[in-house]
Amino acid sequence: MFYILGALYFLVPLLATFLFSLRGKKDEIGFQAYLNVFADPNFLKSFSFSLEMAVLTVVLGLGLLVPTVLWVHLRAPRWKVALDLFSLLPFVVPPVILAFGYIKLYGPAPFAWSSSPLLLAAGYVVLCFPFVYRSLDGGLKAIDLKRLWEAGASLGAGPVRTLFTVVLPNLRSALLSAVFLTFATVLGELTLAVLLAWPAFGPYMALVGRDLAYEPAALAVVSFGLTWAFLGLIHLFSRGDHGVSRTR
Amino acid sequence: MRIPPWVGVAPFLAFAFLFLILPSGVLLVGAFFGGDGHFTLQNLIDLGRPRILSAYAVTVQLSALTAFLGVVLGFLLAWSVTMGGLPATLKGFLSTFSGVASNFGGVPLAFAFIATLGRVGLLTAVLKTFGIDIYDQGFSLYTFLGLTLAYLYFQLPLMVLIITPSLEGMKREWREASVSLGGGRWTYWSRVALPVLTPPLLAAFLLLFGNAFGAYATAYALTGGVINLVPILIGAQIRGDVLHNPGLGYALALGMVAIMAASIVVYSWAQKRASQWGL
Repeated sequence: MFYILGALYFLVPLLATFLFSLRGKKDEIGFQAYLNVFADPNFLKSFSFSLEMAVLTVVLGLGLLVPTVLWVHLRAPRWKVALDLFSLLPFVVPPVILAFGYIKLYGPAPFAWSSSPLLLAAGYVVLCFPFVYRSLDGGLKAIDLKRLWEAGASLGAGPVRTLFTVVLPNLRSALLSAVFLTFATVLGELTLAVLLAWPAFGPYMALVGRDLAYEPAALAVVSFGLTWAFLGLIHLFSRGDHGVSRTR
Repeated sequence: MRIPPWVGVAPFLAFAFLFLILPSGVLLVGAFFGGDGHFTLQNLIDLGRPRILSAYAVTVQLSALTAFLGVVLGFLLAWSVTMGGLPATLKGFLSTFSGVASNFGGVPLAFAFIATLGRVGLLTAVLKTFGIDIYDQGFSLYTFLGLTLAYLYFQLPLMVLIITPSLEGMKREWREASVSLGGGRWTYWSRVALPVLTPPLLAAFLLLFGNAFGAYATAYALTGGVINLVPILIGAQIRGDVLHNPGLGYALALGMVAIMAASIVVYSWAQKRASQWGL
């Protein structure tokens, strides 16, 4: 019956947060706190900033990783070990350390990159790399890439066409999973954003938490709901992948 | 013309070098240089300062405790889910939830716990109506104990996520073999299941340990940076010159990376052992 206890431990804080967020107006149960949050211009500013960063991270990250993983799978299998190793490295270098390193290395001249959002995006790509790689790798394990690729080639498609019409559609759920995980991570990210001094959603939430009482709870509910929505979408899309050949 | 294999990996390697290897390397090297630019071991020696040693001690304790509790409780939770005969839809729901909850760290988590166990939190209030004032008894969310409770919120799901494949990989034949040889429940667990599960459990412990050790956001959001943890100390060093010596900050980072690297090495070894049994 442990899952009942476990369920309680996980649900109680969520419930408490939700109930707490309903106390926006004194002695009244209502959504005042949520209204305050959405009416705050900084909410939209920081949220859209983080959204933009998430899109940038997805583009940069997938643009870098998808070709690399495909290449390794098709042409450079010996490099798989290196990729596996790299997917463990962001664990050894947590965001605090990464932020510190960026500031020391790229802050001062001749770079002065600490004011470029691309540096933040690069950091996010590094942070999300383990998840993205694991998604892509898992997706590739389930399809016979070599055969698919050769089939495309034998039917006269060039590499680019094969990539977009044959390979990527078969990796749909892995790609979606990678995209959603990246979104969820970047939207809620605090460490890099606050230490590199960016007006992202994470630091905004922390600021709200310092000054107000009920709005932070509303924010937490919104944030949790969003993450849930993303991951639920992954789950939904990952179930539609059964028409693909599985080779062990 | 055949393109050599390394060309395709080059962009990724360049990126990883620029944005992962080099920045960390620069920090680690910087630990060996003093304010005057000369090579020195003084920064490393300064790590022995009481405040810093205490930060390491507390961080190790917090990480070890939440990792241990995460492993034990998460294992029981995962076991009750996989072996407890829950319907498939509920299992799917639980795995999605674990995915969400293990990512639900940092600021929202801190808020959730403040809303639950803070001074005016829901649970605090409920307990008050029963006559128990936990804050009077000396409890405070903004301490080691409070952090432990909060950290468990993402440690437990992570454990469930990691160990479920191993639990599902436990073959029924092993149990049946044990029973057919006359062994009871205790024999199965002590002689078959736990020995086989030890490498994945150890790997999980190390992953959870590292996860907690490097965590910054939750501690920061919950305590505002007043609790003495290594990530918080490093963060404070980044944002202002708390230690009055950047070299010392780099040495802090070096110490942290050393601990993470050590745990990852042992983790990899444990994972290899786990794969012996197909777990």
